[in-house]
Amino acid sequence: MTPRESDTIISAAAGTNEGNQELRSRSELTAKEVMREVGAVLRMSEADAALLAEVEADPGEDQTMIINMGPQHPSTHGVLRLMLELQGETVLRCKPIIGYLHTGMEKTGESLTFMQGGTNVTRMDYLSPLNSELVFSMATEKLLGIDGDIPERAVWIRMLMSELNRMSSHLLFMATNGMDIGAVSMMLYGWREREVVLRFFQKVTGLRMNHNYIRPGGVAADLPAGWRDDVMSILDMLPDRLGEYDVLMTNQPIWRERLQGVGVITQAEAIALGATGPILRSTGLAWDLRRDMPYMHYDKLEFDVIVGSYGDAFDRYAIRLNEIRESMRIVRQILDRVPSGDYRIQDKKVTPPPRARIDESMEALIHHFKIFTEGFKVPEGEVYVAIESPRGEVGCYIASDGSPTPYRMHVRAPSFVNVQALPHMMRGGLVADAVAVISSVDPVLGEVDR
Amino acid sequence: MTTEETATPATLHGCLLGDSRGQAVLFVPKSSYMSTMKKLVDDGYEMCADLTAVDFLTHTSRTLPDGVSPERFEIVVNLLSISKRERLRVRVQVSESDPSIDSLFDLYPGTEAMEREVYDMFGISFAGHPDLTRILMPEDWQGHPLRKDYAQGRIPVQFKGAAS
Repeated sequence: MTPRESDTIISAAAGTNEGNQELRSRSELTAKEVMREVGAVLRMSEADAALLAEVEADPGEDQTMIINMGPQHPSTHGVLRLMLELQGETVLRCKPIIGYLHTGMEKTGESLTFMQGGTNVTRMDYLSPLNSELVFSMATEKLLGIDGDIPERAVWIRMLMSELNRMSSHLLFMATNGMDIGAVSMMLYGWREREVVLRFFQKVTGLRMNHNYIRPGGVAADLPAGWRDDVMSILDMLPDRLGEYDVLMTNQPIWRERLQGVGVITQAEAIALGATGPILRSTGLAWDLRRDMPYMHYDKLEFDVIVGSYGDAFDRYAIRLNEIRESMRIVRQILDRVPSGDYRIQDKKVTPPPRARIDESMEALIHHFKIFTEGFKVPEGEVYVAIESPRGEVGCYIASDGSPTPYRMHVRAPSFVNVQALPHMMRGGLVADAVAVISSVDPVLGEVDR
Repeated sequence: MTTEETATPATLHGCLLGDSRGQAVLFVPKSSYMSTMKKLVDDGYEMCADLTAVDFLTHTSRTLPDGVSPERFEIVVNLLSISKRERLRVRVQVSESDPSIDSLFDLYPGTEAMEREVYDMFGISFAGHPDLTRILMPEDWQGHPLRKDYAQGRIPVQFKGAAS
């Protein structure tokens, strides 16, 4: 690529050079590029966009301003950078620029065994680590052909943890969304409630985040004594608190003014862009993998899929708030159903021997050593498994060559795809609403960049 | 899930339809990639859930159905039909000598970032993509990290603009 004149000007001024990642001046763009950057992939024909580019090319340049939002900005939820073209206060174009948190996790995943892989994927979506672990474990199990043999107790524990994680993730969304809009006290309340859930996670997994709890074959440890009481205390505490959120935000005129009609996306756009989760549901399409392509035992539970009707930021807020309530309803049903039994599969190939056996059996010691140093071999093949994470469809594609490490491990991160919807939501909006729009997408940059 | 699979060698739109652990996989030749994808859109696969690639440099003996000759790269497209509640995976062989393929941007605008990621990580170029630039790595990065001949830790950390 040849460096462009504008790049050198910008790099000289800012001391950085992202080359082609820059939002270039309109005169340099092709019609297709303009269409994408104004968020008009579906709204206008290529010919219309070409006209738009021609009209704006001469006089427009002086009247518009390109500003950078991020990568260090409190409301970008990490290191997301948005280049915005503004005319006055109106956003004309938007280009999300990512990669600031890229640490090559998919490459790292190729050198970690299937046993160790959980520690890697759990760090991708750090707000719902258990869902990332779950999808990785389910993909591995499918490759191993043991996906139907996971003990019932392990499956129900997985569902319990997955739903609690959905609650903690959405509670954090409530906090950050509140903070972004200006309801600063909401930030404290959201973090406070989330912390209660994380404390339960700590009791079960030993860690608040990045648990590596759900592993191929089951879960790492059984639930601790008294877990039912802990979960019940969370379920008893939350309804009142969610009611307070309603008072503080949902019914409040300022809150509604800030969110209603902001960042609108249509259903056709959301589907075309591959947006999933609350973004897709806010457009009125009831699509939830838990109900529509059930995995584990979600088909045995009763819950509603929350949908919006306007596709705006308020719908996405309301969907997440009510999904917390639905998750609580699911957790209540799970509490009654967790059976007793093994918490991991008793398959010598996948499961290390219990700690006590190592003291008395040489074979158990060797087995333990082998499984933790070499891992277990996974038959050749490839699978794609997808589940519903709080942010949408999180998928795991694994290609195995028969060795103990994945030949290729790819995670379809919902945030990575959802961030593409930002130019469409921002188009024509005010720069002050940009913050509300980013917040309503709820991206986690750890999984965007992986 | 795989209801179409009745006859042995099952085909769909003239392409081999395989099965991987109960999941439907369609092996599409690169030459008919776009035309097949267009037909799949008409079949009701509204959403492209995922697009990625695999570099099979060190795993040449992988199992493929008869009639599909292995190449170094493979583009893997996971399609989702919301109306039919079905998934279909499309695998396309891409040779090392010509690492390029048509872009799905016109059919599925959501593949824009995914194709950029594949370009960035594997060096496979997509014809017709509106903005084929690096997305995760810095613009002046050399090499494509997820290729199998790009070893972990082989290259010292590159910092832009720093005297090295």
